[in-house]
Amino acid sequence: MSQSPSVPLTTADGVPLKTSLRRAVRRSKVKAFLLVSPLLLFLGIAFVMPIVEMLWRSVDNPEVSTQLSRTVAALEGWDGESLPGEPVFAALAEDLREGQEARNLGLLSSRLNYEKSGMRSTISRTARRIGRVEPPFREALIEINDTWGELDTWKLIQREATPYTLSYYLAAVDLQLSPTGEIVQVPDHLKVHVGLFWRTFWMSAMITGLTLLLGYPIAFLLTNLPLRHSNLLMILVLLPFWTSLLVRTTTWIAILQSQGVLNDVMVALGVIADEARWQMIHNKAGTIIAMTHILLPFMILPLYSVMKTIPPSYMRAARSLGGKPFLSFRRVYFPLTIPGIAAGGILVFILSIGYYITPALVGGQSGRFITNYIAYHMQTSLNWGLAAAIASILLFVVIVFYMIFNRLIGVDKVKLG
Amino acid sequence: MAIPSYATRGERIWHYVFLGICALIFLFLVGPLLIIIPLSFNAEPYFTFSEKMLSLDPAGYSLRWYADFFTSSAWLNSIKNSFIIGIASTILATILGTVAALGLSNRHMPARGAIMALLISPMIVPLIISAAAMFFFFSKVNLAQTYLGVILAHTALGIPFVVITVTATLSSFDTTLIKAAHSLGANPTRTFFKVVLPLVTPGVVSGALFAFITSFDEVVVVLFISGPAQTTMPIQMWSGIREQISPTILAVATMLVLLSMLLLTTLELLRRRSERLRGITPE
Repeated sequence: MSQSPSVPLTTADGVPLKTSLRRAVRRSKVKAFLLVSPLLLFLGIAFVMPIVEMLWRSVDNPEVSTQLSRTVAALEGWDGESLPGEPVFAALAEDLREGQEARNLGLLSSRLNYEKSGMRSTISRTARRIGRVEPPFREALIEINDTWGELDTWKLIQREATPYTLSYYLAAVDLQLSPTGEIVQVPDHLKVHVGLFWRTFWMSAMITGLTLLLGYPIAFLLTNLPLRHSNLLMILVLLPFWTSLLVRTTTWIAILQSQGVLNDVMVALGVIADEARWQMIHNKAGTIIAMTHILLPFMILPLYSVMKTIPPSYMRAARSLGGKPFLSFRRVYFPLTIPGIAAGGILVFILSIGYYITPALVGGQSGRFITNYIAYHMQTSLNWGLAAAIASILLFVVIVFYMIFNRLIGVDKVKLG
Repeated sequence: MAIPSYATRGERIWHYVFLGICALIFLFLVGPLLIIIPLSFNAEPYFTFSEKMLSLDPAGYSLRWYADFFTSSAWLNSIKNSFIIGIASTILATILGTVAALGLSNRHMPARGAIMALLISPMIVPLIISAAAMFFFFSKVNLAQTYLGVILAHTALGIPFVVITVTATLSSFDTTLIKAAHSLGANPTRTFFKVVLPLVTPGVVSGALFAFITSFDEVVVVLFISGPAQTTMPIQMWSGIREQISPTILAVATMLVLLSMLLLTTLELLRRRSERLRGITPE
């Protein structure tokens, strides 16, 4: 190489090759990014912003600070040792009067009621009579409802005057703040969420285990059959995969319900008596059976794609070296399929903990998932902050598993059909 | 899966036991889908086989649930909605997803992994979370209870499928074909339409099918963000299953099973076409 370093290589028009190359790469980068940007923009608006809005709502706490703004201001500097003085009560009366006229005390009373039950009726009763209240306000308000004479009520208002709160997250894991600001357990009869989280996790783990148990032999069979036969059998795997979720859930209702096909068959065969039909649906069993069926293809497909890459000669080699079939399988074949087990397992587990429709339709009371509680708080109890907090926790769990999945397998390796 | 000639008797027995187990698992996979087909012709309003049906008495069978479906304005309206929403969101998702996939397959694409992870996330984030989030956000910007809102939501849910299938097609795309086209004198536009597009089309079409079926089958998001005017077929089924269990649902389910068979066949044909175009002939 006699090329002198002071004379750089150039293109035909005299631009140094390096510069020219860098320019070309940059142009290519910009072009690629421009192609992706419309989609990024769209998802940013239609998907990412809603998620951010939800995360924000799980800590958002505007009710007390806006609707009781005078009271909150008057409470500033209050020592919390004894009942606040007359100016605070006067401010409260003014806030409530304004709220009553604007008819917007509903959110405030619900919000305070989450923290201290009874606050809803306290506020509505006081607001109804606020028009006739004469000074001194302190005596008058306590006269209307003695909750106003409790120190805890005022500590609560002072505490919840912040624009952000963690109380929805605490409620999502069955904790609450005591009047003195310590984190304590909620009373036992109100504990629902932690139990539901655990149930969701262990039922999903069980469903994952069952799909593995059923999916492994099928993937193995599909791998080892001649392509012509395996293609045909693959259709049997893909058909349920492509069939509407509601159809599959409906069909399990038809099969499993106590007047359903399976019970009829067993009665006809004399396995069970007509009056002792099994309750296989609207309970845990229903959820587990239906979801195992629904998620089974998601286990088979990743297992199959991994098994496809294992050369059959490995097993033959193991056998020829004297390994008994089971030993060869355990020591040679099985370890090679672990990436597939991991991929299918994580995929099924992630999908399973987020399922809502199937547990809601066939789960009954005992087969419900935490997702059913998100829907409950969204639609029935209307505690949206709590729904958002539970959803955020679930989202966090899913993202952690998704990242593990991505690290192990890579999202772009996901194959469909 | 042939038994090797050196197999012992125990291995032979195990081989047949294994095949038997596999047959049972296949029955578990497909049986439930097949069982509702005869059930949907039940003359009685039950979810189970009547005596008459079992004795193959024609009187035990009827088309009344199908008639019920085709004369019900609620069902027909929900089908119409499903198609409007499904087709609109498929078109949007396919265009956005295909264009993005072209960019993603460029090897100079910056932050490829992170962007891919973001584009796939609507598929991974549980539907109930997307639904709750979209409900909060869409109510704020007045998109809740509108067709546009549902269409945008379904577009977001369908996009990962288009991105995955089209990038998969592009990753096995032989770029020397483009160079060959150029060297034979084709300009970039002509190359795209004559060489790239025909080879990518199967991926685009199957991505579009995935997006359509996602929208067509989606319950949770519609449940949260749609109003009564946007009732889709899954919503109609959902309320049918929860409120009055009428066998009309079985008739609908049967038609949907047939639809998925049709879809599966289409996809299989597309896959074969794509393999043939690339010169990989199946045995």
